Amino acid sequence: MKQLLVFIRKEFFHVFRDRRTLLIMFGLPVVQIVLFGFALTNEVKNIEIIISDNARDINAQQITDKIKASAYFKVQESVLDYNDIEKAFKKGNIKCALIFPAHFGDDLCHEGKAQVQIITDGSDPNIAKTVVNYLTAIIGDYRQQISPSPTLAYRIIPETRMLYNEEGNGSLNFIPGVMALVLMIVCTTLTSVAVVKEKELGTMEILLVSPFKAVFVLIAKAVPYLLLSMINVVLILLLAVYLLDVEIKGSVLLLFFESVLFIITCLSLGLLISNVTDSQQTAMLISMMGMMLPTLIFTGFLFPLENMPKVFQIISNVIPARWYFIITKAVMLKGLGFTYVWKETLVLTGMTVALLGIALKNFKIRLQ
Amino acid sequence: MTVLGFLLQKEFRQIRRDTTILRIMFALPVIQLIVFPLAMDFDVKSVNISIVDQDHSTYSQKLISKIASSGYFKIVGAETSFKKSLTYIENGEVDLVMEIPAGFERNLVREGVQKIGISVDAINGTKAGISGQYLNSIIADFNANMDVNVKTSAMSQQGIINITFTNWFNPRAEYKYNIVPAILVLLLTMIGGFVTALNIVREKEVGTIEQINVTPIKKWEFILGKLIPFWIIGMIVFTLGLTISWLVYGIVPVGSFLTLYAFAAVYLVALLGFGLLISTYSDNQVQAMFVAFFFIMIFILMSGFFTSTDGMPGWAKVISNMTPVAHFVKTDRMIILKGSSFNDVKQEFLYLVAFAGVLNGWAIWNYRKTN
Amino acid sequence: MEDNKAIVCKDLTKQFGDFYAVNKISFEVLKGEIFGFLGANGAGKTTAMRILCGLSFPSSGTATVAGFDVYKQQEKIKKSIGYMSQKFSLYENLTVLENIEFYGGVYGVSRKEIKTRSEELVQTLGLESEAKKLVGALPLGWKQKLAFSVAIFHKPQIVFLDEPTGGVDPVTRRQFWDMIYEAAATGITIFVTTHYMDEAEYCNRISVMVDGKVEALDSPANLKKEFNADSMDEVFYQLARGAKRSGD
Repeated sequence: MKQLLVFIRKEFFHVFRDRRTLLIMFGLPVVQIVLFGFALTNEVKNIEIIISDNARDINAQQITDKIKASAYFKVQESVLDYNDIEKAFKKGNIKCALIFPAHFGDDLCHEGKAQVQIITDGSDPNIAKTVVNYLTAIIGDYRQQISPSPTLAYRIIPETRMLYNEEGNGSLNFIPGVMALVLMIVCTTLTSVAVVKEKELGTMEILLVSPFKAVFVLIAKAVPYLLLSMINVVLILLLAVYLLDVEIKGSVLLLFFESVLFIITCLSLGLLISNVTDSQQTAMLISMMGMMLPTLIFTGFLFPLENMPKVFQIISNVIPARWYFIITKAVMLKGLGFTYVWKETLVLTGMTVALLGIALKNFKIRLQ
Repeated sequence: MTVLGFLLQKEFRQIRRDTTILRIMFALPVIQLIVFPLAMDFDVKSVNISIVDQDHSTYSQKLISKIASSGYFKIVGAETSFKKSLTYIENGEVDLVMEIPAGFERNLVREGVQKIGISVDAINGTKAGISGQYLNSIIADFNANMDVNVKTSAMSQQGIINITFTNWFNPRAEYKYNIVPAILVLLLTMIGGFVTALNIVREKEVGTIEQINVTPIKKWEFILGKLIPFWIIGMIVFTLGLTISWLVYGIVPVGSFLTLYAFAAVYLVALLGFGLLISTYSDNQVQAMFVAFFFIMIFILMSGFFTSTDGMPGWAKVISNMTPVAHFVKTDRMIILKGSSFNDVKQEFLYLVAFAGVLNGWAIWNYRKTN
Repeated sequence: MEDNKAIVCKDLTKQFGDFYAVNKISFEVLKGEIFGFLGANGAGKTTAMRILCGLSFPSSGTATVAGFDVYKQQEKIKKSIGYMSQKFSLYENLTVLENIEFYGGVYGVSRKEIKTRSEELVQTLGLESEAKKLVGALPLGWKQKLAFSVAIFHKPQIVFLDEPTGGVDPVTRRQFWDMIYEAAATGITIFVTTHYMDEAEYCNRISVMVDGKVEALDSPANLKKEFNADSMDEVFYQLARGAKRSGD
């Protein structure tokens, strides 16, 4: 037992000696939380719009004023034809144009019907769609104002409750996503690289001929990363709570327990990778390209899973991070108990046992 | 100059022999261009809704069938109690629960007003917002079209404003048009940032760099000897990427190829400089990979690759502008999709030239033959 | 500058913080001489050698190599020397001929000359059948011989060898030293570090470094006499016993 402690201490020294490893280990979660929490947003605001008013009457002006008053748009007024609009789009900053035809107000007041045209820069579909929605809403609002329709005889009033996120805290999805990603990097990549490094340097042989049991060598390798990952989980949760004002709704203990389970899954993966590779470079490539990319794509925290082709949805089932993501979302953000996540936990446990089993078996085979 | 010739010859021979790296470099564009556009579809298409109908009346049935036929919603499980429906949200099977209370029709007829409760899973804020909007507009429509209402409001068909809209450059507003050009940038970024950094650091690790440092090779010769081969490979990969976008997605640059390639060329020089810079600060491949990964991840997140830079707060826009990636993601989309001319984007070009100069200058300054 | 001196060092010092890796060493190496540079691990040999090759700046003192100053004329020094390091420094994923071609080209040997002379070289080394094989596939001894031949391919004035025979079997070591003698006979100055005391005997003159200082410098015969010893081993042992720093 004492030997094991000595070993673990040695591993800790290795980890802390390299500043660049620390950058990945602690810099990465902090930067990701800050960027996802504050910088990256799908919200569309400050959109530059050209309003081309060929009517120059009171109605067009009133609509223009309404658009100016909204926080979504930065208005630029100038009468332009299609060619000029296209030129403006090609320069890049203008994302949308609203065109009032001549006699807009006349048509509206006397014919009771008028046209407006919206042209959007479709090269960013997200902005294009949102802009059309915003403008439609503003114009519809204006229409209500000028000719208030008589109160409808029957009215259904929807009352919407935002569950789990009353404050409308952007998108909370990313917090469990970042947790999964960071744990994956720290446990899988760092562990596999650390073990393969010993192989490359030939020190693994020395450890294996020592009276120390082979399994202990692996345990000694894994324990520091287990502890550091736990620290990482705490770090991310603290950042989420104190920096992003996210409330942890469920049991912290359960969350921690599930995280430890996922950490062990990742460590097993890391050990498995290190068993089948002989160079640090390959280990890194496999764990970064082969593990990180699927984690990014298939957990559903960046890209909506339900829109993906069926094949991708099936693949996503074998990605451990996906299950951890569901669990953390449920426990942390929805405040659900174990009874709601036991199935996912079971899947994750199954994966872990299988991975660990294969890793250990491979390790023994190599010894003989 | 002849020395440079020998360096290039050696570099190409080594690259040709390193089949793993070569394979990765050419498999990358294919995989990324096929996987990402399929995976990145941010449309809110099908929202799962669970409806708790405690009224079971004609009106409630009508409302439900209107929602069902809207095309936006998929009705999952009609439960009788809100509590049961909530478990669907808890399990993530459903995004919205709508509750039609008992006495819905009676109240509507008697008092003209009836509230209904909608509960949205708001963890994914964007999706919650959009699906809430969909539902509200269906209800508003339902309000206006109820028999009684149609009669009373028939005379007020005044002041209708018809809105027509067109999405230029991408009529159906499909995400693939947005993503494919960005992936081309990603490819150059990977080759410039990772592969170069790893290559030079490997010479350090193996010890051959020491041998190089003790020869009369000049700094600029050594660095050019490393940059030129990867620059050429990068341009080949870029061309391969463009071909795939044309074959698979039918995306052909609207703007001039010359402008596009001019940007790609300068951008690649900038990123190669970045890779070089990382290699001068690292002692082994693992370090180089970690540092490159860390920065490239920030570059890509901040570049407008996934989320538009327009919505970013001011400080984030400043950071975004300080990454070369953001400038090329922007202009690459402009040239490919909108056909922007060189004149339209020349300021961005100057930015890229500046990045190329600074990053390479820094790398050369930091690369020491003697220390 | 006395023109019969290849290397002149005076009070050469390299300091890392408080640590004097090389502490005021002074010596001269004559042209065409085989100069052995001895010392225990960590005595400062490699650091001194790196300064002389222009890989590292000295902290103080003066030194010239082939008549060029180690502070200002490093690039000129590099043109006049060859270097073979402890770490194997040929490209493993290039063939024998490609390695010769590359290093020859880097030192400005013309392509035509490279072609004729590399064929000769491959013949003398007896590597004809391996000429087109990757260097990584050669046994260590052959790699080292090849590395040495590449280091003197451009006919430098001085060649620096940093433990060139580490890990090589006695027969190959013997052959290696034959090559060194041949090179010296053509007028190339040899500056070599080694751990093997039998190799020290092959040198014209040797210096022994202890704790960053040169503690002894003379021909092997004179040193043995001075220390009243039968072999260089004994001389070295007497000198190194007092060392405070030890390697590894």
